[in-house]
Amino acid sequence: MSVLAEVTGSLGSIGYGLAAIGPGVGIGIIFGNGVQAIARQPESYGVIRQNMILGFALTEALALIGFVVPFVFGK
Amino acid sequence: MSAVVVATESCHLNSGCGFPAPSADIFFLQPYATINFFGMDFTISKAVILVLAVVIIVVGFFLAAARPQKMVPGKLQSLGEQSFLFVRDQIAREVIGKDGDRFVPFLASLFFFVWISNLMGVIPGAQFPIMSSLAFPVSLTLMVYVTYIFLGMKHQGPLKFFTNAAFPPGVPKVMYVLLTPLELLGLLVTRPVTQAIRLFANMFAGHLLITTFTVGAYYLLSPSLIGALGSATSFTVTVVLTGFEMFIQGLQAFIFTLLTAVYIGGSLHAEH
Repeated sequence: MSVLAEVTGSLGSIGYGLAAIGPGVGIGIIFGNGVQAIARQPESYGVIRQNMILGFALTEALALIGFVVPFVFGK
Repeated sequence: MSAVVVATESCHLNSGCGFPAPSADIFFLQPYATINFFGMDFTISKAVILVLAVVIIVVGFFLAAARPQKMVPGKLQSLGEQSFLFVRDQIAREVIGKDGDRFVPFLASLFFFVWISNLMGVIPGAQFPIMSSLAFPVSLTLMVYVTYIFLGMKHQGPLKFFTNAAFPPGVPKVMYVLLTPLELLGLLVTRPVTQAIRLFANMFAGHLLITTFTVGAYYLLSPSLIGALGSATSFTVTVVLTGFEMFIQGLQAFIFTLLTAVYIGGSLHAEH
């Protein structure tokens, strides 16, 4: 089978760039909706912030796994 | 090629060598000594010394703050009480509820240990975030893992804890085919893995970023316009990133403790 196209160079960086798209969108949604919720109900700021940070942490883990994997399995 | 090469060979922009980008090598520290202890090799490196320093700082601070318990607290006692109450009010009571008061000592120790460990990444002289060595977050996470599994088995019953988690109520029966493996996987594998990886990767990424810009500032320093401008910009970015990194370090310590509290809270009461 002949190779028609090849990607060379720092594939880890490309992989991380792709891996960061999803979490980027997710974190944007979380904080956007969080700010909106705080604006609508400033009195429940504590609970909203708590859950906002929690959601942020869970989403961010995906981007971070994408960041670490090239270092661990890249060789 | 690493950051060490730049410092020793004085590698600058127009001296013919390429940009020596720092790699993951900077996290593998040179061991100072190796101690053979009952057939196991213990390596003493910078990380080990820093961890001991953090333990002494945290324990020493809280001992000093708690020792002379006065009715009218002094500055040190106030600070200690405020730190402790922060964990109680912002994390334990907010997440677990009134039951959370029992876990405040555990959560507070976790929070301050992780925070000061992370802070070692920006303190001049130390400048190595301890949690960027995977072994440390993993051991902390294992402690948390054992704690919440044990608490769950104690409060909900040894088998009931797992069935409660595997079969969340209020879901159509057919969905259990899909949901049960996912819930069990989440409880037993994904939770500890992500909790450890999150802390590790944040500190790793942050330290690597700061190192890259620091090396960049040194590398670009040369008698040319682009060199001077680039070096100044890179140095400014380093300073700004250091401030940002301090914020991230506090946030990650907070998130680590918050997740611990969430997991403990989930073990104490089954979902209804």
